[in-house]
Amino acid sequence: MKIIVPVKRVVDYNVKIRVKPDGSGVDTINVKMSMNPFDEIAVEEAIRLKEAGHADEVIAVSIGPAKAQETLRTALAMGADRAILYKTDLPIEPLAVAKILKSAVEKEKPGLVILGKQAIDDDSNQTGQMLAALLNWPQATFAFKVSPQGETVEVVREVDGGLQTLALRLPAIVTVDLRINQPRYASLPNIMKAKKKPLEEIDAASLGIDIEPKVKVLKTAEPPTRKAGVKLKTAAELVDKLRTEAGVLQ
Amino acid sequence: MAVLLVAEHNNKALNGATAKALTAAKALGAPVHVLVAGAGVDAVAQKAAALEGVDKVLVADAPHLAAHLAEDLAALIVPLMANYDALVVVASTTGKNFAPRVAALLDVPQISEATAILSPTQFERPIYAGNAIQTVEVTAPKKVLTIRTTAFAAAPEGGSAAIEKIDAPAQSELAKFVSEDISQSARPDLTAAKVVVSGGRGLGSADNFKLIERIADKLGAAVGASRAAVDAGFIPGDFQVGQTGKVVAPELYIAVGISGAIQHLAGMKDSKVIVAINKDEEAPIFQVADYGLVGDLFQILPEIEAALDSRK
Repeated sequence: MKIIVPVKRVVDYNVKIRVKPDGSGVDTINVKMSMNPFDEIAVEEAIRLKEAGHADEVIAVSIGPAKAQETLRTALAMGADRAILYKTDLPIEPLAVAKILKSAVEKEKPGLVILGKQAIDDDSNQTGQMLAALLNWPQATFAFKVSPQGETVEVVREVDGGLQTLALRLPAIVTVDLRINQPRYASLPNIMKAKKKPLEEIDAASLGIDIEPKVKVLKTAEPPTRKAGVKLKTAAELVDKLRTEAGVLQ
Repeated sequence: MAVLLVAEHNNKALNGATAKALTAAKALGAPVHVLVAGAGVDAVAQKAAALEGVDKVLVADAPHLAAHLAEDLAALIVPLMANYDALVVVASTTGKNFAPRVAALLDVPQISEATAILSPTQFERPIYAGNAIQTVEVTAPKKVLTIRTTAFAAAPEGGSAAIEKIDAPAQSELAKFVSEDISQSARPDLTAAKVVVSGGRGLGSADNFKLIERIADKLGAAVGASRAAVDAGFIPGDFQVGQTGKVVAPELYIAVGISGAIQHLAGMKDSKVIVAINKDEEAPIFQVADYGLVGDLFQILPEIEAALDSRK
């Protein structure tokens, strides 16, 4: 079977973002960009499934500007076999992403689509679930373990309070959580090899899908800041302050 | 029209997050109906009906709804939405799982983790792990919102809404529940606790988390952890507080041996009072802490225990 892994180009995990003073958004000019960390985990999981003989091809897909090619090359260097970029300069919301991915699924007919559970820029946590809905496929979010077994895939999910195991009929959608694996670093030879792997470009506008934003962002602001408090000398002083000044202990 | 709020529960008890999401649902300015979907949920429905401000409780009771699978919940909720303007869901792992599936089937966008309802069409939500707050406007005919319940006060009890049974669609063939492993703890739920004591990499070992647990038990607190402590294998992942773990806002948050990465701060900085205990006085956690103690946690924790005992 084929596995599709959608990957998103986002502001790097280690960058401290800056809100523009005029409230129009977050500054992304001259900021280091990387693959969304959860998508790296998804790429890793797909490659491991291929290495274990559960899949024969891993296809990385991205939606965004021409620069998203770099993100796809990263996925190819990790071990994806080929890549597709749906090119657009519009800001793309999760529902539109899901609609574009649906057309990628119809073109490639994968057995699994593995996504990161959320992107660390908009923190939406929607795309996988929406894609599952549009395809009428089963979904397993927050995956901790993925085990294909013939016509089904068993997925252990991280849920509030513990773990839940589901059996999904294939084809299926899986979104991965942090602890399912540790993504590999691409080696230099693999980075060189990735430059020769096929990367197809499709103009997103050519799909005839409505990808215009539906949510209007009126303002982006800094969160309210907390003031640093006081440093105390002793544990006894701390407990006393919590009882009297803060009033949070009996 | 009206707002449909989906109750968060484990089939036995109504989760306190529901009363908080009710406050958000009421802010949309329309009558609120609560959907209780599950198996053997009579007691949950009674509790939901007793919340002040609930106009009606819809109960879909069927064995296959017990596990709250997204496929089954979406099949139940999507047809109901013909009668509602908005769907309001707790941003729990259950709500985050099924709400986008419903939104996509309704062909509308979802607003994730709303922290303020400014009007029936305008909402605030955090992005970039809470390092920026967006104000957004949705003009779609139906709104789908997940609610970050730490941002809302719980609606009180005092209502007596009518309870109406509704039929559940047949079980989806797409996904089946196999098993679950939910940790049993006498301590309060992390997201609902009034006091949370969290440990980080500074604890050094799983065994040393007993020091955290001892303080937590003296305070009736929940135990939490940083990602570093989880990654080091000191404690399971469902204890993780942060951007990718649980978001908590207790009255008192005590961070022990946690340096305070922005991803951790995103999960706890709305706590009322924050205490930080760390040997590194430059640790970023001190920038958000109301009270800080710089020093060796292995010396400080027993001292805190003793001080807590001293006036009991």
